[in-house]
Amino acid sequence: MSLIARHFEANNIPTVILGSTRDIVEQCGVPRFLFTDFPLGNPVGRPYDLPMQKSILDMALMLFETAAFARTTVQAPYVWDELGEWRKTYMQLPA
Amino acid sequence: MTQKPDFDPAYRGPVSYIDKSREYYWDKGFRNPYRWATYSDVPFTALSKPLSDCRVGVITTAALDEEGGKNRRVYSGPTNPWPADMHTNHVSWHKTATHTQDMGSYLPLAHLQQLADQDRIGALSPRFYGAPTTYSQRQTNTEDAPALLSMCQEDAIDVALLIPL
Repeated sequence: MSLIARHFEANNIPTVILGSTRDIVEQCGVPRFLFTDFPLGNPVGRPYDLPMQKSILDMALMLFETAAFARTTVQAPYVWDELGEWRKTYMQLPA
Repeated sequence: MTQKPDFDPAYRGPVSYIDKSREYYWDKGFRNPYRWATYSDVPFTALSKPLSDCRVGVITTAALDEEGGKNRRVYSGPTNPWPADMHTNHVSWHKTATHTQDMGSYLPLAHLQQLADQDRIGALSPRFYGAPTTYSQRQTNTEDAPALLSMCQEDAIDVALLIPL
């Protein structure tokens, strides 16, 4: 997706990436990135949480209007849960 | 002796998926770690008109159905009406931590149509667009990205919202 965003920008179409893999997107380098610090699968917000989904989508759209430079990352102000155990369990290796 | 806490604060930071996947595949015997795309220069196109005048295109990594997930090709789908659900099993997401039964959590076509009705955006493109996930950066750069751009230009989109699962 980061490569596609770069191709669109190089052809004069502004882009926003809305996603949850911060390191991959930032290492590639994209113009505008709204980062949702959630388990992969729900970058627009928690399932069935319509207010959160609308809020995150609003932020993504605002990024088109407010980003002045490439590599602009904004983090959505939501946490998945307080413990963050999910961070350990993706691609978890056997103990 | 203080007992070690159950939770390691180091895990509070954003997950490094580059590290996770390298360690995972190393453990499975792959000794040639994937080289993720890295660029120092980044193209930037400023918004040239108000969003209320812009046609918005959405690009997803979800597929229309199981067959689409296997094909791993660029595709497009209708936004009016939008599909009732999408296929996501072919892409990597955190299947033990969450689910993708609510399309609004990864492909917000309904919300975007509402925003078009409210004149927050000019319009939702008549199609949304599907991007295959592939290890080949050459394929993405020379085949898939140009094919997606071509479809978006046909639909005269002004801005693109890219939402990988």
